[in-house]
Amino acid sequence: MKAIVTVMPKPSVLDPQGAATAEAIKHLGLDSIGRVRIGKSIEIELSGAADESRLHEIARDLLSNPVIEDYRLEILP
Amino acid sequence: MKFAVIRFPGSNCDQDCIHAINAIEGASAEYVWHKDSSLAGFDAVVLPGGFSYGDYLRCGAIARFSPVMRAVKSFATSGGIVIGICNGFQILCESGLLPGALVRNRELHFICEHIHIRVERHNSPFTNATWTGAVLRLPIAHGEGCYFAEDVVLHRLELEGRVLLRYCDARGRTTDSANPNGSSDNIAGICNEGRNVFGLMPHPERACDPLLGSTDGLLIFQSILEWPASPLRRVA
Repeated sequence: MKAIVTVMPKPSVLDPQGAATAEAIKHLGLDSIGRVRIGKSIEIELSGAADESRLHEIARDLLSNPVIEDYRLEILP
Repeated sequence: MKFAVIRFPGSNCDQDCIHAINAIEGASAEYVWHKDSSLAGFDAVVLPGGFSYGDYLRCGAIARFSPVMRAVKSFATSGGIVIGICNGFQILCESGLLPGALVRNRELHFICEHIHIRVERHNSPFTNATWTGAVLRLPIAHGEGCYFAEDVVLHRLELEGRVLLRYCDARGRTTDSANPNGSSDNIAGICNEGRNVFGLMPHPERACDPLLGSTDGLLIFQSILEWPASPLRRVA
């Protein structure tokens, strides 16, 4: 089994990396571009059944910082 | 007064802190390894700058779970003096000992230069040897030093007089162009509700010798030394 935790900056937090990347995409000629946000994706391999509530705890306490980030947890077979 | 300087794997300002503190009369400093679990016998704790755990995941995120942090938390909760410099500030925020977070600098660059800061409150263990409105010159060296907190938190910090330092120009004006990293409200240093835990991005330990271009950092360490006898202690 595998758990995938996606961590994204909260909408209220300035994301200068995303803004700089949006500029670069615009230079490549994609005029329709809107806001770009950069986060990270963390893959966790698991042996046996996933303890979902424990994974949520880890995602909240370690993998993300709730002050500046939101996370999404997906569990894949 | 005996200072503990905590060493995490990747700390790199620990030696500077030891050197700066040991040069001050009445102060001594010793290293404490991050796997130690006791701070018995120490009067103050320094979380030095650097790149604990390689800044992996987020700055300070992994150091927060070091064994010594449990001792730092109980030391802080019982009123002990804790100062976090740069990466130490990031660790204090990640640990929840200070509110908010430090994110990537507005211009994305790593900044390494001398800047000016204004003392916003001198009624604290970290600023009492200065005065409100004093302009200090200290070096900064960080890539993630942009202080962020929700508006309600910023409002509360302001209301409770917990913003101790702000980025400013040489005349003490806290303009946007004097804000090196895009920090909310030009914030360079804050303290907790009990005023015994302090985090700041500038490096006072790198400004304690005339050879290094500034001795303003001494004022921060001298404040800690003078606090036990300070008349301000009663009104803080």
